[in-house]
Amino acid sequence: MSLRGKTAIVGLGMTAMGRNFNHSAPLGFAAEAIQRALADAGLSRDDLDGLLYSPGVVAADQINGAFSLQQMMGIKNLRLTAMMVAGGASAGAMVMHAAQAIAAGMASTVACVFADAPLSPPSAGGGRSSDNFGRAQGINATYGMFGAASGYAMVARAHMHRFGTTHEQLGTVALAQRAWANLNPDAQMHDRTLTMAEYHSSRWISEPLHLYDCCLVSNGGICVIVTSAERARDLRKPPVYVLGMGQGHPGGDPVQTLSCGAPIAKRTAFAMAGVELKDFDVVQLYDCFTITVIVTLEDYGFCAKGEGGPFVTGGRLGPEGTLPLNTGGGELSAYYMWGMTPLSEGVIQVRGEGGKRQVPKHNLCLVSGNGGILSTHSTLVLGASV
Amino acid sequence: MAASPSRPLPSLTAELKPFFDGAREGRLVLQKCASCSKFRFPPQELCDHCGAWESTFAPVSGRGEILSFIVVHQVYHPAFAALVPYVVARIRLREGVVLTSNVIGIAPAQVRCGMPVEVTFAQLDGDTILPVFRPAPAA
Repeated sequence: MSLRGKTAIVGLGMTAMGRNFNHSAPLGFAAEAIQRALADAGLSRDDLDGLLYSPGVVAADQINGAFSLQQMMGIKNLRLTAMMVAGGASAGAMVMHAAQAIAAGMASTVACVFADAPLSPPSAGGGRSSDNFGRAQGINATYGMFGAASGYAMVARAHMHRFGTTHEQLGTVALAQRAWANLNPDAQMHDRTLTMAEYHSSRWISEPLHLYDCCLVSNGGICVIVTSAERARDLRKPPVYVLGMGQGHPGGDPVQTLSCGAPIAKRTAFAMAGVELKDFDVVQLYDCFTITVIVTLEDYGFCAKGEGGPFVTGGRLGPEGTLPLNTGGGELSAYYMWGMTPLSEGVIQVRGEGGKRQVPKHNLCLVSGNGGILSTHSTLVLGASV
Repeated sequence: MAASPSRPLPSLTAELKPFFDGAREGRLVLQKCASCSKFRFPPQELCDHCGAWESTFAPVSGRGEILSFIVVHQVYHPAFAALVPYVVARIRLREGVVLTSNVIGIAPAQVRCGMPVEVTFAQLDGDTILPVFRPAPAA
Protein backbone atom coordinates (compact mmCIF):
# COMPACT_ATOMS: atom_id res chain seq x y z
CA MET A 1 0.00 0.00 0.00
CA SER A 2 1.76 3.15 -1.16
CA LEU A 3 1.21 6.46 0.52
CA ARG A 4 2.40 8.31 -2.57
CA GLY A 5 0.04 11.17 -3.34
CA LYS A 6 -2.64 10.05 -0.89
CA THR A 7 -2.55 13.38 0.92
CA ALA A 8 -1.90 17.02 0.13
CA ILE A 9 -1.12 20.30 1.82
CA VAL A 10 -4.12 22.55 1.21
CA GLY A 11 -3.54 25.48 3.54
CA LEU A 12 -0.56 27.58 4.54
CA GLY A 13 -0.74 30.24 7.23
CA MET A 14 2.14 32.46 8.28
CA THR A 15 2.30 35.31 10.76
CA ALA A 16 4.64 38.26 10.25
CA MET A 17 8.16 37.15 11.15
CA GLY A 18 10.96 38.48 13.29
CA ARG A 19 10.45 41.27 15.76
CA ASN A 20 6.73 40.62 15.95
CA PHE A 21 5.29 41.41 19.37
CA ASN A 22 1.63 40.94 18.50
CA HIS A 23 1.54 38.01 20.92
CA SER A 24 3.37 37.60 24.21
CA ALA A 25 3.79 33.83 23.96
CA PRO A 26 4.13 31.13 21.29
CA LEU A 27 0.54 29.86 21.54
CA GLY A 28 -0.76 33.20 20.29
CA PHE A 29 1.41 32.93 17.18
CA ALA A 30 0.30 29.32 16.76
CA ALA A 31 -3.37 30.23 16.94
CA GLU A 32 -2.95 33.05 14.46
CA ALA A 33 -1.06 30.79 12.06
CA ILE A 34 -3.81 28.14 12.25
CA GLN A 35 -6.52 30.70 11.54
CA ARG A 36 -4.56 32.02 8.55
CA ALA A 37 -4.01 28.50 7.23
CA LEU A 38 -7.70 27.66 7.54
CA ALA A 39 -8.64 30.84 5.67
CA ASP A 40 -6.05 30.04 3.01
CA ALA A 41 -7.60 26.61 2.54
CA GLY A 42 -11.18 27.86 2.65
CA LEU A 43 -11.81 25.70 5.73
CA SER A 44 -13.10 26.46 9.18
CA ARG A 45 -11.95 25.49 12.66
CA ASP A 46 -14.71 22.85 12.79
CA ASP A 47 -13.16 21.07 9.80
CA LEU A 48 -10.08 20.16 11.82
CA ASP A 49 -9.91 16.75 13.44
CA GLY A 50 -6.14 16.68 13.92
CA LEU A 51 -3.77 19.07 15.67
CA LEU A 52 -0.02 18.57 15.75
CA TYR A 53 2.21 21.12 17.46
CA SER A 54 5.97 21.61 17.33
CA PRO A 55 7.20 24.12 19.94
CA GLY A 56 10.33 26.24 19.64
CA VAL A 57 12.77 27.24 22.31
CA VAL A 58 10.28 28.99 24.59
CA ALA A 59 9.07 26.43 27.10
CA ALA A 60 5.92 24.65 26.05
CA ASP A 61 3.31 22.96 28.21
CA GLN A 62 5.10 19.62 27.99
CA ILE A 63 2.62 17.55 29.97
CA ASN A 64 -0.40 18.43 27.92
CA GLY A 65 1.23 18.56 24.51
CA ALA A 66 -0.97 20.32 22.00
CA PHE A 67 -3.98 20.32 24.32
CA SER A 68 -3.43 23.88 25.57
CA LEU A 69 -3.52 25.04 21.97
CA GLN A 70 -6.65 23.00 21.26
CA GLN A 71 -8.43 24.57 24.23
CA MET A 72 -7.24 28.07 23.42
CA MET A 73 -8.76 27.76 19.96
CA GLY A 74 -11.91 26.05 21.12
CA ILE A 75 -11.35 23.06 18.86
CA LYS A 76 -13.58 20.11 19.68
CA ASN A 77 -13.57 16.40 18.93
CA LEU A 78 -10.06 15.89 17.66
CA ARG A 79 -9.09 12.40 16.51
CA LEU A 80 -5.35 13.02 16.36
CA THR A 81 -3.02 15.10 18.49
CA ALA A 82 0.61 15.21 19.52
CA MET A 83 3.38 17.59 20.45
CA MET A 84 6.26 16.60 18.23
CA VAL A 85 9.83 17.32 19.22
CA ALA A 86 12.54 16.45 16.74
CA GLY A 87 14.18 19.83 16.34
CA GLY A 88 13.97 21.18 12.84
CA ALA A 89 12.85 17.77 11.57
CA SER A 90 9.57 18.22 13.45
CA ALA A 91 7.79 20.03 10.62
CA GLY A 92 8.40 17.16 8.21
CA ALA A 93 7.61 14.66 10.94
CA MET A 94 4.27 16.37 11.64
CA VAL A 95 3.28 16.25 7.96
CA MET A 96 4.27 12.57 7.81
CA HIS A 97 2.31 11.72 10.94
CA ALA A 98 -0.72 13.57 9.58
CA ALA A 99 -0.42 11.91 6.18
CA GLN A 100 -0.17 8.43 7.63
CA ALA A 101 -3.17 8.99 9.90
CA ILE A 102 -5.26 10.40 7.05
CA ALA A 103 -4.30 7.54 4.72
CA ALA A 104 -5.24 5.08 7.46
CA GLY A 105 -8.61 6.68 7.95
CA MET A 106 -7.80 7.86 11.47
CA ALA A 107 -8.14 11.56 10.72
CA SER A 108 -9.28 13.69 7.81
CA THR A 109 -7.93 17.23 8.18
CA VAL A 110 -4.87 17.93 10.29
CA ALA A 111 -3.26 21.24 11.27
CA CYS A 112 0.51 21.04 11.70
CA VAL A 113 1.84 24.12 13.45
CA PHE A 114 5.15 25.54 14.68
CA ALA A 115 5.46 28.73 16.71
CA ASP A 116 8.09 30.46 18.81
CA ALA A 117 8.60 33.73 20.63
CA PRO A 118 12.24 34.00 21.70
CA LEU A 119 12.37 37.80 21.32
CA SER A 120 11.01 40.08 24.04
CA PRO A 121 9.72 43.54 23.19
CA PRO A 122 11.86 46.54 24.24
CA SER A 123 9.34 47.33 26.96
CA ALA A 124 10.05 43.95 28.56
CA GLY A 125 13.82 44.27 28.37
CA GLY A 126 14.26 43.50 24.69
CA GLY A 127 16.15 40.31 25.39
CA ARG A 128 16.29 36.95 23.75
CA SER A 129 15.45 33.82 25.69
CA SER A 130 18.36 31.55 26.38
CA ASP A 131 17.88 28.51 24.22
CA ASN A 132 19.60 27.12 21.18
CA PHE A 133 21.72 30.23 21.38
CA GLY A 134 22.87 29.55 24.88
CA ARG A 135 21.76 26.14 26.03
CA ALA A 136 24.27 23.56 27.14
CA GLN A 137 23.89 20.36 29.08
CA GLY A 138 26.00 19.21 31.96
CA ILE A 139 29.73 19.11 31.44
CA ASN A 140 29.51 20.98 28.10
CA ALA A 141 28.47 24.09 29.99
CA THR A 142 31.46 23.68 32.31
CA TYR A 143 33.75 23.81 29.29
CA GLY A 144 31.87 26.72 27.71
CA MET A 145 30.40 24.68 24.85
CA PHE A 146 27.10 26.53 24.52
CA GLY A 147 24.47 26.55 21.84
CA ALA A 148 23.82 25.22 18.40
CA ALA A 149 26.33 27.62 16.82
CA SER A 150 29.14 25.99 18.79
CA GLY A 151 28.02 22.52 17.74
CA TYR A 152 27.87 23.39 14.05
CA ALA A 153 31.11 25.38 14.27
CA MET A 154 32.80 22.20 15.48
CA VAL A 155 31.43 20.37 12.41
CA ALA A 156 32.42 23.24 10.11
CA ARG A 157 36.02 23.27 11.35
CA ALA A 158 36.35 19.53 10.83
CA HIS A 159 34.81 19.85 7.34
CA MET A 160 37.26 22.64 6.46
CA HIS A 161 40.19 20.60 7.79
CA ARG A 162 39.29 17.32 6.11
CA PHE A 163 37.95 18.61 2.79
CA GLY A 164 39.44 22.11 2.40
CA THR A 165 36.06 23.86 2.55
CA THR A 166 36.64 27.61 2.71
CA HIS A 167 34.97 30.67 4.20
CA GLU A 168 34.50 31.94 0.65
CA GLN A 169 32.35 28.85 -0.04
CA LEU A 170 30.33 29.21 3.18
CA GLY A 171 29.87 32.89 2.35
CA THR A 172 28.61 31.97 -1.11
CA VAL A 173 25.71 30.12 0.50
CA ALA A 174 24.92 33.14 2.70
CA LEU A 175 25.05 35.56 -0.23
CA ALA A 176 22.91 33.39 -2.53
CA GLN A 177 20.18 33.07 0.07
CA ARG A 178 20.30 36.78 0.84
CA ALA A 179 19.74 37.44 -2.87
CA TRP A 180 16.63 35.23 -2.82
CA ALA A 181 15.45 37.00 0.34
CA ASN A 182 15.80 40.33 -1.43
CA LEU A 183 13.02 39.06 -3.77
CA ASN A 184 10.79 37.87 -0.90
CA PRO A 185 8.63 40.58 0.69
CA ASP A 186 8.03 38.33 3.72
CA ALA A 187 11.74 37.85 4.39
CA GLN A 188 13.26 39.58 7.42
CA MET A 189 16.28 40.51 5.29
CA HIS A 190 14.22 41.63 2.27
CA ASP A 191 15.59 45.16 2.39
CA ARG A 192 19.20 44.33 3.34
CA THR A 193 21.81 43.21 0.86
CA LEU A 194 24.96 41.29 1.76
CA THR A 195 28.37 41.42 0.12
CA MET A 196 31.23 38.96 0.48
CA ALA A 197 33.30 41.66 2.20
CA GLU A 198 30.51 42.18 4.73
CA TYR A 199 30.28 38.42 5.24
CA HIS A 200 34.01 38.03 5.91
CA SER A 201 34.14 41.00 8.27
CA SER A 202 31.02 40.09 10.25
CA ARG A 203 31.74 39.26 13.85
CA TRP A 204 32.69 35.77 14.97
CA ILE A 205 30.07 33.81 16.86
CA SER A 206 32.05 30.60 17.36
CA GLU A 207 34.93 30.37 14.91
CA PRO A 208 34.83 29.32 12.17
CA LEU A 209 31.25 30.63 12.01
CA HIS A 210 30.64 34.33 11.41
CA LEU A 211 27.38 36.12 12.19
CA TYR A 212 26.19 35.62 8.60
CA ASP A 213 26.86 31.89 8.77
CA CYS A 214 24.09 31.70 11.35
CA CYS A 215 20.32 31.78 10.96
CA LEU A 216 18.03 34.60 12.06
CA VAL A 217 16.02 34.84 15.27
CA SER A 218 12.26 35.09 14.78
CA ASN A 219 9.00 35.39 16.63
CA GLY A 220 6.17 33.95 14.60
CA GLY A 221 4.15 30.93 13.65
CA ILE A 222 3.49 28.78 10.57
CA CYS A 223 0.75 26.23 10.02
CA VAL A 224 0.09 23.81 7.17
CA ILE A 225 -3.20 21.95 6.78
CA VAL A 226 -2.99 18.38 5.48
CA THR A 227 -5.97 16.46 4.10
CA SER A 228 -6.72 13.66 1.65
CA ALA A 229 -5.89 14.13 -2.01
CA GLU A 230 -9.58 13.69 -2.85
CA ARG A 231 -10.66 16.47 -0.51
CA ALA A 232 -7.76 18.65 -1.61
CA ARG A 233 -9.05 18.88 -5.14
CA ASP A 234 -12.24 20.63 -3.89
CA LEU A 235 -10.50 23.35 -1.91
CA ARG A 236 -9.30 26.88 -2.63
CA LYS A 237 -5.66 26.44 -3.53
CA PRO A 238 -3.76 24.16 -5.90
CA PRO A 239 -3.01 21.02 -3.86
CA VAL A 240 0.59 20.39 -2.89
CA TYR A 241 0.68 16.60 -2.94
CA VAL A 242 2.82 14.66 -0.50
CA LEU A 243 4.48 12.17 -2.84
CA GLY A 244 7.27 10.89 -0.60
CA MET A 245 8.23 10.97 3.08
CA GLY A 246 11.12 9.67 5.12
CA GLN A 247 13.24 10.24 8.19
CA GLY A 248 16.87 9.54 9.08
CA HIS A 249 18.56 9.85 12.48
CA PRO A 250 22.06 8.35 12.27
CA GLY A 251 23.35 8.70 15.84
CA GLY A 252 27.07 8.74 16.51
CA ASP A 253 29.34 11.79 16.28
CA PRO A 254 28.65 14.28 13.49
CA VAL A 255 32.08 15.88 14.04
CA GLN A 256 33.57 12.60 12.85
CA THR A 257 30.97 11.55 10.25
CA LEU A 258 30.43 15.07 8.84
CA SER A 259 27.06 13.72 7.70
CA CYS A 260 23.38 14.19 8.49
CA GLY A 261 20.46 11.76 8.20
CA ALA A 262 19.64 12.59 4.58
CA PRO A 263 21.08 9.36 3.12
CA ILE A 264 18.70 7.32 5.29
CA ALA A 265 15.67 9.60 4.87
CA LYS A 266 15.97 10.06 1.13
CA ARG A 267 16.02 6.34 0.48
CA THR A 268 12.54 5.99 1.98
CA ALA A 269 11.14 9.24 0.55
CA PHE A 270 12.48 8.92 -3.00
CA ALA A 271 11.37 5.27 -3.24
CA MET A 272 7.87 6.20 -2.11
CA ALA A 273 7.68 9.05 -4.59
CA GLY A 274 9.38 7.13 -7.38
CA VAL A 275 11.84 9.95 -8.05
CA GLU A 276 15.55 10.57 -8.39
CA LEU A 277 17.53 13.61 -7.37
CA LYS A 278 17.65 14.94 -10.94
CA ASP A 279 13.84 15.08 -11.10
CA PHE A 280 13.52 17.96 -8.66
CA ASP A 281 12.68 21.42 -9.99
CA VAL A 282 13.20 23.26 -6.74
CA VAL A 283 14.98 22.41 -3.48
CA GLN A 284 14.44 23.66 0.08
CA LEU A 285 17.15 22.48 2.47
CA TYR A 286 17.17 23.23 6.19
CA ASP A 287 19.73 25.97 6.73
CA CYS A 288 20.31 26.74 10.39
CA PHE A 289 23.92 27.44 9.37
CA THR A 290 25.73 27.72 6.04
CA ILE A 291 27.66 24.49 6.80
CA THR A 292 24.34 22.65 7.21
CA VAL A 293 23.48 23.42 3.59
CA ILE A 294 26.84 22.19 2.33
CA VAL A 295 26.69 18.94 4.31
CA THR A 296 23.08 18.34 3.28
CA LEU A 297 23.79 18.89 -0.43
CA GLU A 298 26.52 16.25 -0.15
CA ASP A 299 24.29 13.81 1.73
CA TYR A 300 21.44 14.03 -0.79
CA GLY A 301 23.96 13.24 -3.52
CA PHE A 302 24.05 16.57 -5.34
CA CYS A 303 27.81 16.08 -5.11
CA ALA A 304 30.24 13.71 -3.40
CA LYS A 305 31.01 13.91 0.32
CA GLY A 306 33.47 16.71 0.83
CA GLU A 307 32.68 18.39 -2.50
CA GLY A 308 29.94 20.64 -1.12
CA GLY A 309 32.23 23.68 -0.94
CA PRO A 310 33.21 23.70 -4.62
CA PHE A 311 29.66 22.65 -5.59
CA VAL A 312 28.06 25.84 -4.27
CA THR A 313 30.44 28.13 -6.15
CA GLY A 314 30.58 29.11 -9.80
CA GLY A 315 27.18 30.77 -9.88
CA ARG A 316 25.22 27.61 -9.22
CA LEU A 317 23.19 29.15 -6.37
CA GLY A 318 21.10 32.31 -6.16
CA PRO A 319 18.33 33.70 -8.36
CA GLU A 320 20.67 33.77 -11.39
CA GLY A 321 21.92 30.24 -10.80
CA THR A 322 21.13 26.79 -12.10
CA LEU A 323 19.98 25.20 -8.80
CA PRO A 324 16.92 26.90 -7.26
CA LEU A 325 17.82 26.34 -3.60
CA ASN A 326 16.17 28.00 -0.59
CA THR A 327 14.31 30.33 -2.88
CA GLY A 328 12.74 32.43 -0.14
CA GLY A 329 16.01 33.17 1.61
CA GLY A 330 15.77 30.34 4.11
CA GLU A 331 16.46 30.50 7.80
CA LEU A 332 19.59 32.46 7.05
CA SER A 333 17.79 35.41 5.46
CA ALA A 334 13.98 34.97 5.49
CA TYR A 335 12.76 33.70 8.85
CA TYR A 336 13.75 31.11 11.47
CA MET A 337 10.69 28.95 11.92
CA TRP A 338 12.77 25.76 12.10
CA GLY A 339 11.49 23.11 9.66
CA MET A 340 8.53 25.24 8.67
CA THR A 341 10.88 27.62 6.86
CA PRO A 342 11.88 25.26 4.05
CA LEU A 343 8.42 23.61 4.08
CA SER A 344 6.52 26.89 3.70
CA GLU A 345 8.68 28.00 0.79
CA GLY A 346 8.26 24.59 -0.81
CA VAL A 347 4.47 24.91 -0.64
CA ILE A 348 4.62 28.45 -2.05
CA GLN A 349 6.82 27.41 -4.97
CA VAL A 350 4.84 24.28 -5.89
CA ARG A 351 1.63 26.33 -5.88
CA GLY A 352 3.23 28.95 -8.12
CA GLU A 353 2.74 31.70 -5.53
CA GLY A 354 6.37 32.81 -5.37
CA GLY A 355 5.85 36.16 -7.10
CA LYS A 356 9.15 37.76 -8.10
CA ARG A 357 11.07 34.73 -6.85
CA GLN A 358 8.86 32.08 -8.48
CA VAL A 359 10.87 29.31 -10.13
CA PRO A 360 9.39 28.80 -13.64
CA LYS A 361 9.29 24.99 -13.44
CA HIS A 362 7.86 23.97 -10.09
CA ASN A 363 6.26 20.54 -10.33
CA LEU A 364 8.52 18.69 -7.91
CA CYS A 365 10.10 20.04 -4.73
CA LEU A 366 12.50 18.51 -2.19
CA VAL A 367 12.10 19.72 1.41
CA SER A 368 14.46 18.75 4.20
CA GLY A 369 14.26 19.20 7.95
CA ASN A 370 17.18 18.89 10.39
CA GLY A 371 17.47 19.00 14.17
CA GLY A 372 20.12 18.96 16.87
CA ILE A 373 23.65 18.89 15.45
CA LEU A 374 22.89 16.98 12.24
CA SER A 375 21.01 14.67 14.62
CA THR A 376 17.53 14.32 13.14
CA HIS A 377 16.41 14.54 9.53
CA SER A 378 13.16 14.56 7.57
CA THR A 379 12.60 14.41 3.83
CA LEU A 380 9.41 15.41 2.02
CA VAL A 381 8.82 15.13 -1.70
CA LEU A 382 6.10 17.60 -2.70
CA GLY A 383 4.45 17.76 -6.10
CA ALA A 384 1.96 19.81 -8.08
CA SER A 385 0.43 16.65 -9.53
CA VAL A 386 0.13 12.99 -8.59
CA MET B 1 35.11 43.74 44.32
CA ALA B 2 32.57 41.13 43.31
CA ALA B 3 33.98 37.79 42.26
CA SER B 4 33.06 36.77 38.71
CA PRO B 5 30.38 34.09 38.60
CA SER B 6 31.58 30.50 38.70
CA ARG B 7 31.45 28.18 35.75
CA PRO B 8 28.34 26.03 35.80
CA LEU B 9 29.14 22.57 37.15
CA PRO B 10 27.18 19.44 36.37
CA SER B 11 25.39 17.55 39.13
CA LEU B 12 27.90 15.32 40.86
CA THR B 13 26.48 11.92 40.04
CA ALA B 14 28.16 8.70 41.09
CA GLU B 15 29.43 8.38 37.52
CA LEU B 16 30.97 11.85 37.50
CA LYS B 17 32.54 11.94 40.95
CA PRO B 18 35.69 9.92 40.07
CA PHE B 19 36.44 12.39 37.25
CA PHE B 20 36.57 15.32 39.67
CA ASP B 21 38.21 13.30 42.48
CA GLY B 22 40.92 12.18 40.05
CA ALA B 23 41.45 15.75 38.87
CA ARG B 24 42.13 16.81 42.45
CA GLU B 25 44.94 14.25 42.45
CA GLY B 26 46.28 15.38 39.09
CA ARG B 27 44.92 12.40 37.15
CA LEU B 28 42.50 12.12 34.25
CA VAL B 29 40.12 9.39 35.39
CA LEU B 30 37.43 8.19 32.99
CA GLN B 31 34.55 5.74 33.18
CA LYS B 32 35.29 2.37 31.59
CA CYS B 33 32.79 -0.30 30.64
CA ALA B 34 33.30 -3.40 32.80
CA SER B 35 32.14 -5.61 29.97
CA CYS B 36 33.69 -4.33 26.72
CA SER B 37 36.35 -2.06 28.27
CA LYS B 38 35.42 1.00 26.19
CA PHE B 39 36.06 4.32 27.87
CA ARG B 40 33.25 6.85 27.74
CA PHE B 41 32.83 10.53 28.49
CA PRO B 42 30.72 12.23 29.68
CA PRO B 43 29.93 9.41 32.07
CA GLN B 44 26.55 7.79 31.93
CA GLU B 45 24.84 4.79 33.46
CA LEU B 46 25.11 2.34 30.62
CA CYS B 47 27.62 1.62 27.90
CA ASP B 48 26.42 2.99 24.58
CA HIS B 49 28.61 0.45 22.81
CA CYS B 50 27.55 -2.86 24.39
CA GLY B 51 24.68 -1.89 26.68
CA ALA B 52 26.24 -3.13 29.92
CA TRP B 53 25.38 -1.30 33.16
CA GLU B 54 28.55 -2.19 35.08
CA SER B 55 31.51 0.13 34.88
CA THR B 56 34.79 0.91 36.55
CA PHE B 57 36.94 4.01 36.56
CA ALA B 58 40.52 4.08 35.37
CA PRO B 59 43.19 6.69 34.75
CA VAL B 60 44.07 7.37 31.12
CA SER B 61 47.26 8.69 29.60
CA GLY B 62 45.91 12.20 29.10
CA ARG B 63 47.52 12.27 25.66
CA GLY B 64 45.55 12.80 22.50
CA GLU B 65 45.01 14.92 19.43
CA ILE B 66 42.55 17.63 18.45
CA LEU B 67 39.80 16.31 16.14
CA SER B 68 38.17 19.71 15.82
CA PHE B 69 37.94 22.94 17.74
CA ILE B 70 36.08 26.22 17.91
CA VAL B 71 36.93 29.64 19.28
CA VAL B 72 34.01 31.05 21.23
CA HIS B 73 33.53 34.81 20.97
CA GLN B 74 29.99 35.12 22.32
CA VAL B 75 29.57 35.45 26.06
CA TYR B 76 26.93 32.78 26.68
CA HIS B 77 27.41 32.73 30.44
CA PRO B 78 28.87 35.41 32.71
CA ALA B 79 31.56 33.04 34.00
CA PHE B 80 33.16 33.14 30.57
CA ALA B 81 33.04 36.91 30.09
CA ALA B 82 36.67 37.30 31.09
CA LEU B 83 37.74 34.24 29.07
CA VAL B 84 36.42 35.02 25.57
CA PRO B 85 37.73 34.27 23.09
CA TYR B 86 38.43 30.77 24.35
CA VAL B 87 38.99 27.39 22.70
CA VAL B 88 36.70 24.38 23.01
CA ALA B 89 38.02 21.25 21.35
CA ARG B 90 36.92 17.72 20.58
CA ILE B 91 39.93 15.63 21.52
CA ARG B 92 40.55 11.98 20.69
CA LEU B 93 42.61 10.40 23.43
CA ARG B 94 45.12 7.61 22.73
CA GLU B 95 42.64 5.21 24.34
CA GLY B 96 40.13 6.01 21.57
CA VAL B 97 37.57 7.95 23.56
CA VAL B 98 36.64 11.43 22.28
CA LEU B 99 35.86 14.15 24.77
CA THR B 100 35.12 17.87 24.85
CA SER B 101 37.45 20.15 26.74
CA ASN B 102 39.22 23.51 26.70
CA VAL B 103 42.68 24.02 25.23
CA ILE B 104 44.83 26.49 27.13
CA GLY B 105 48.41 27.68 27.03
CA ILE B 106 48.28 28.64 23.37
CA ALA B 107 46.82 31.56 21.44
CA PRO B 108 43.54 30.53 19.81
CA ALA B 109 44.88 31.51 16.39
CA GLN B 110 47.67 28.95 16.75
CA VAL B 111 45.46 25.95 17.43
CA ARG B 112 45.23 23.35 14.65
CA CYS B 113 43.28 20.20 13.96
CA GLY B 114 45.54 17.21 14.51
CA MET B 115 47.63 19.06 17.11
CA PRO B 116 48.88 16.75 19.88
CA VAL B 117 47.68 17.74 23.33
CA GLU B 118 48.09 16.54 26.89
CA VAL B 119 45.91 16.95 29.95
CA THR B 120 46.60 19.56 32.56
CA PHE B 121 44.51 20.82 35.42
CA ALA B 122 42.88 24.20 35.98
CA GLN B 123 41.75 25.57 39.30
CA LEU B 124 38.23 26.89 39.14
CA ASP B 125 36.43 28.88 41.83
CA GLY B 126 36.05 27.17 45.13
CA ASP B 127 38.09 24.00 45.24
CA THR B 128 37.08 22.55 41.89
CA ILE B 129 39.90 21.29 39.74
CA LEU B 130 39.01 20.80 36.09
CA PRO B 131 40.94 18.73 33.56
CA VAL B 132 41.78 20.77 30.47
CA PHE B 133 44.37 20.34 27.72
CA ARG B 134 47.50 22.08 26.48
CA PRO B 135 49.76 21.54 23.48
CA ALA B 136 52.06 18.55 23.85
CA PRO B 137 55.22 17.45 22.12
CA ALA B 138 54.36 15.21 19.17
CA ALA B 139 53.76 11.49 19.95
